[in-house]
Amino acid sequence: MAPPPTAARPLRRAASVLHRRAGLRLALLLSAPMAWLVLAYLGSLAVLLLSAFWAVDDFTYDVERVWNTANFSTVLTEPVYRAIALRTLGIAVAVTVIDAVVAFPMAFYMARVARPRTRKLLVVAVLTPLWASYLVKAYAWRVIFSQGGVLDWLVGPLGLSSPGYGTTAVIVVLAYLWLPYMILPVYSGLENLPANLLDASADLGASAGRTFRSVVLPQVLPSVFAGSVFTFSLSLGDYVTVRIVGGKTQVLGTAIADNVTLNLPLAAALSCVPVVLIVGYLLAVRRTGALESL
Amino acid sequence: MRISRIARTAAAATAAALLAAGCGSGGTAGSTSGHGGLNPPKLPMLQSLGPGEGQVNLVAWAGYAEDGSDDKSVDWVHPFEQQTGCKVNTKIAGTSDEMVSLMKTGQYDAVSASGDATLRLIAAGDVAPVNTALVQNYADVFDGLKNQPWNSVNGQMYGIPHGRGANLLMYRTDKVTPAPDSWSVVFDGASPYSGHVTAYDSPIYIADAALYLMRTRPELGIKNPYALDQDQLKAAVDLLKTQHKAIGEYWSDFQKSENSFKTGDTVVGTTWQVIANMAQTDHAPVKAVLPKEGATGWSDTWMVSAKAAHPNCAYQWMNWIVSPTANAQVAQWFGEAPANAKACDRTTDKDFCNTFHAADEAYWKDVHYWTTPVKSCLDGRTVACTDYAAWTAAWTEIKG
Repeated sequence: MAPPPTAARPLRRAASVLHRRAGLRLALLLSAPMAWLVLAYLGSLAVLLLSAFWAVDDFTYDVERVWNTANFSTVLTEPVYRAIALRTLGIAVAVTVIDAVVAFPMAFYMARVARPRTRKLLVVAVLTPLWASYLVKAYAWRVIFSQGGVLDWLVGPLGLSSPGYGTTAVIVVLAYLWLPYMILPVYSGLENLPANLLDASADLGASAGRTFRSVVLPQVLPSVFAGSVFTFSLSLGDYVTVRIVGGKTQVLGTAIADNVTLNLPLAAALSCVPVVLIVGYLLAVRRTGALESL
Repeated sequence: MRISRIARTAAAATAAALLAAGCGSGGTAGSTSGHGGLNPPKLPMLQSLGPGEGQVNLVAWAGYAEDGSDDKSVDWVHPFEQQTGCKVNTKIAGTSDEMVSLMKTGQYDAVSASGDATLRLIAAGDVAPVNTALVQNYADVFDGLKNQPWNSVNGQMYGIPHGRGANLLMYRTDKVTPAPDSWSVVFDGASPYSGHVTAYDSPIYIADAALYLMRTRPELGIKNPYALDQDQLKAAVDLLKTQHKAIGEYWSDFQKSENSFKTGDTVVGTTWQVIANMAQTDHAPVKAVLPKEGATGWSDTWMVSAKAAHPNCAYQWMNWIVSPTANAQVAQWFGEAPANAKACDRTTDKDFCNTFHAADEAYWKDVHYWTTPVKSCLDGRTVACTDYAAWTAAWTEIKG
């Protein structure tokens, strides 16, 4: 009798070992993603945190590995950094609120009103902007907000003019950029809403407004919060849009970018601010059950 | 890949060892002059020129390494590549701070550093001394640019002078009337153009405000815009905070600045001649002038990285960029005075060197070259001056 192919024997042995040991199986399955998570993700965060405790030479700007907390006290005590952090937070909240308000009716129409064929087209339409480069879209908005640009031309007859580059422009562009990330979770939340709940509410004599407030909103709110995790955290960390349409506006992202060229430790300390804000936000929305509907 | 990494590690280790040696012996030898007692690490310089390595990585100001992509007739990179076989890879930096941080990566061979970067690079051991004997065209460089405090230490040159010029005031001829001849249009008198004024986005711009105060508020006693004590810095910061209200955008990206002038989002502010040239090429109604208060400016130096992977090509590039023809081309394109005296014969405008005061040392006494502010006052006063770290913190504060 011919011997089995040599490659098959170790393979089969390995398979039987794996079959017997469930723990080993699990370890092998998870080792790659865990390595990625720990090394690439948590590792870089750890390096960031570590370098925030270093200093730089006043003249040559060489990083000096001397332990100190001066960078954190600068970030926490300088009024300018507090102003920047609050401004960034304000922008992120404004973008999130605008997106929620704009996304809800759109998602409602897609999920409950549109016919299946239209629904598919609408989903594609919502996703299409994500195919274009983020940078191109931001530059397109730069042209729109420009002096004598599209916006001036549109609102000119009403006696208004473009707000120009600044915080308003940043909020508008960020709200535009992150809108799909809000529409999609809200859409899927509304789609999963059982139709008989709405019928029951109507049967019991509730008006449309009452049904919305007492039935739809409580069910869909976790989805809105799920979407807000994207819009909030993406707005908090953004700096490209601010550089392009923000004019002289300073946010955490630009302050970090300005410091990263010369004072890496200060930039690292500064970038802990959005990390803390986002962790705080995640802990807050976790209570609403939003993380289950992601 | 692996070999190059080992080589780089070895080079870094050597540099570190040399640096330690330099620090150790620094106390005794040559601490007589230099900048505020500058003691650069002892690094070896190239002793003889070998064959080119096939490429060279440059960190340069916009307009310093033109390959015809901005204007077809403006090209001194391709002739260099053809002649030497060194392919040029250029990384354009917008500020001196960017240049310093790029050179710290050790991935670049040469840099066109201004005076507010040179000493920082020398002190950190990021750049090596330059053997001027290997740069043939160095002999023709104006004497006024050789062995200057910003490009040499104890008589040892750390680079090859490139050229010098002044920061200008640019304005839209259709939006700014009357035509300004003073920096006041971006400071005290900026209100008519509120929201459309621009300023250079770097802490070094504080010197522009200090220069303006030097002329308009003599009681502050500013003698050198880079030597400011606490009170003088505060006055400059207050002026810039007022200016902030009128600012539309700060700029450090020359293309964005040109674009803003073109669309009219910016109508007045500080600029470089090269940006004005580009905007005029694109038919924007702009003009650049040297205001009556004088200006801050730059005197640039090509320096070689201490970790250069392509030192021979870097030396050939330095020799090329100060050669009469190339130096004339870059000077005309960027709008600055050439460093090579013979370049004056090669300019298309025969009066160019007179217009830009290439040989007029008296003129340059009024142009305040970018210099890194340090604690020991550059103007010789015995009080404590504010250093660049203080300026950086102030700049963040100004931008709010």
